Amino acid sequence: MSLYGTDLLALLPELIVVVTACVVIALDPITPASRRDLLAWLSVGALALCLGLTGWQISVENVRVSAFSDLVAIDAYARFWKILLYSVTGVTIVLSLPYLKAERIHLGEYYGFILLALSGMLVMVSAVDLLTIYLGTELMSISLYVMTGLNRSKPRSLEASAKYFVLGAFSSGILLYGISLLYGLAGSTKLASIAGAIGTRGTDDPLVLIATILIAVGFSFKLAAVPFHMWTPDVYQGAPTSITAFMAVASKAASFAAFIRVFVEGLGGLKADWSILFLIISILTLVLGNVVAIVQTNIKRMLAYSSIVHAGYVLVGFVAAGRGDGASGGTPGLASVMIYLAIYSFMTLGAFAVIGMLRKGGMEGEEIEDFAGLAKRQPLAAFLMLVFMASLAGIPPTAGFIAKFYVFMAAVEAGLAWLAAVALIFAAVSAYYYMRVVMVMYMRDPNPSSVAPPGLVTSPALSFVLACAVAGVILFGLFPNPLVSFALQSVLTFK
Amino acid sequence: MTVPLSYYLVLSGIMFLTGVVGVLLRRNIIIILLSVELMLNATNINFVAFSQYFHNVAGQVFVFFTLTVAAAEVAVGLAIIIALYRTKSTINIDEFQLLKW
Repeated sequence: MSLYGTDLLALLPELIVVVTACVVIALDPITPASRRDLLAWLSVGALALCLGLTGWQISVENVRVSAFSDLVAIDAYARFWKILLYSVTGVTIVLSLPYLKAERIHLGEYYGFILLALSGMLVMVSAVDLLTIYLGTELMSISLYVMTGLNRSKPRSLEASAKYFVLGAFSSGILLYGISLLYGLAGSTKLASIAGAIGTRGTDDPLVLIATILIAVGFSFKLAAVPFHMWTPDVYQGAPTSITAFMAVASKAASFAAFIRVFVEGLGGLKADWSILFLIISILTLVLGNVVAIVQTNIKRMLAYSSIVHAGYVLVGFVAAGRGDGASGGTPGLASVMIYLAIYSFMTLGAFAVIGMLRKGGMEGEEIEDFAGLAKRQPLAAFLMLVFMASLAGIPPTAGFIAKFYVFMAAVEAGLAWLAAVALIFAAVSAYYYMRVVMVMYMRDPNPSSVAPPGLVTSPALSFVLACAVAGVILFGLFPNPLVSFALQSVLTFK
Repeated sequence: MTVPLSYYLVLSGIMFLTGVVGVLLRRNIIIILLSVELMLNATNINFVAFSQYFHNVAGQVFVFFTLTVAAAEVAVGLAIIIALYRTKSTINIDEFQLLKW
């Protein structure tokens, strides 16, 4: 049928990603170990193609295209996330190359799994039916379980993988039960029908509330929001650093994209209820994440808590979107969420790239102490880390400041000035642990008792990507307008 | 005589809670995996019951997808558990303490 022709055309970028993933996995056994770089560059090439395709769609006509009888809808909102996800995945692949070689886990299927996880994320961001949202989430999660345990010789990697798997499967079960209850309410899993059913049934129906809470819990696990964050530090610490970066950035962005779609498009009628729920979750996340991050000595663990805290800030923007009922509605809140996640992605990727580069003997140098005196031995790497840390802390003129600025503005506009004030206080607290890393790099001398002084593994491509990330973090801090208008234009989908 | 919808919902509710309690209380990772399966199957009962109630097949289609995903998840999960057992010689999650739980 010609019907499927147009549907497949709408999903062309996803198809390119899936086909490339299969090709990479199929080519892996016949590629000699010395030529495995080619698989990585093949993946990056496919991503560049997708990026061009989606960019072209945005520039030509940025309209909503529904495919497969409304299971997915490619609209301006989905395209914003797709652009972000392609770039983030491309950067991850580039920063993986030297890291994987140094860790001796340079396997071809690594790239296949990254692309499969990406295809799950692409489905999540464009899904408008709970079925596709569930399938996308699972495709992403299952690929991530495997990648977390990639370093099979390290017990820590396997342990992280097992923990991630158990808690991930548990949260999917909770999410799925919520989905089944929503199906029972609406007789359909389409977000539009669910919104209609909630409109007719009223918002105080207990079944509606139970389903909403179950779905909120399921998503909170994926977003790593307190009190469902327990897996995050363990998994982020145990997983190979390049995968940690990918999880902290891409999986969080995709989960937030699907989460917003479900709660705004499907459960928008319950705004008053869920905004209170997420208000509480966001405050808990900010408080606990910041306090526990202070005492961490392992930098990957510290960044795991930092990523929990950033999820808290994003939730502040989301609550503002739920509360905003002026002329502009939830638009500033949702746009601030998208701006925040886009900026967060690049500064976090940059920070993890520097961590992945740092070697101590044959080992990863991932204790904060290992950064001692880095400014003297590797001034450039130390400077990059300084910029990323300043941006994560939200110090102007970096992009991290802009991200926080828009979230706080959205909260104030929605009449939640006190929430913005609380978030601001905790932003000041977070500066402590980010600046401690900078202090250790610049003020402390290298530990004389350490056997091997830390060195760096890098590659020309990685240097290029890092230069781009650092330029982006500073340029978006000085000239945020292009990103802001792109986000505002993309969020119009929900009007 | 048909079984009323509420019976199915009560059954699935009990199954789901059994699964949740199992995940939270049991310490053997295989049993935890089975408890997760119990949760997923409780969901399947819901879907099929609602599907029959509404006389539409969307729920039954969803069940097929859930079953497939559950199978994939178990395959990956068991692979992880086997790899873990080879390094640790145990599948009790209390023994996995390299990373603070």
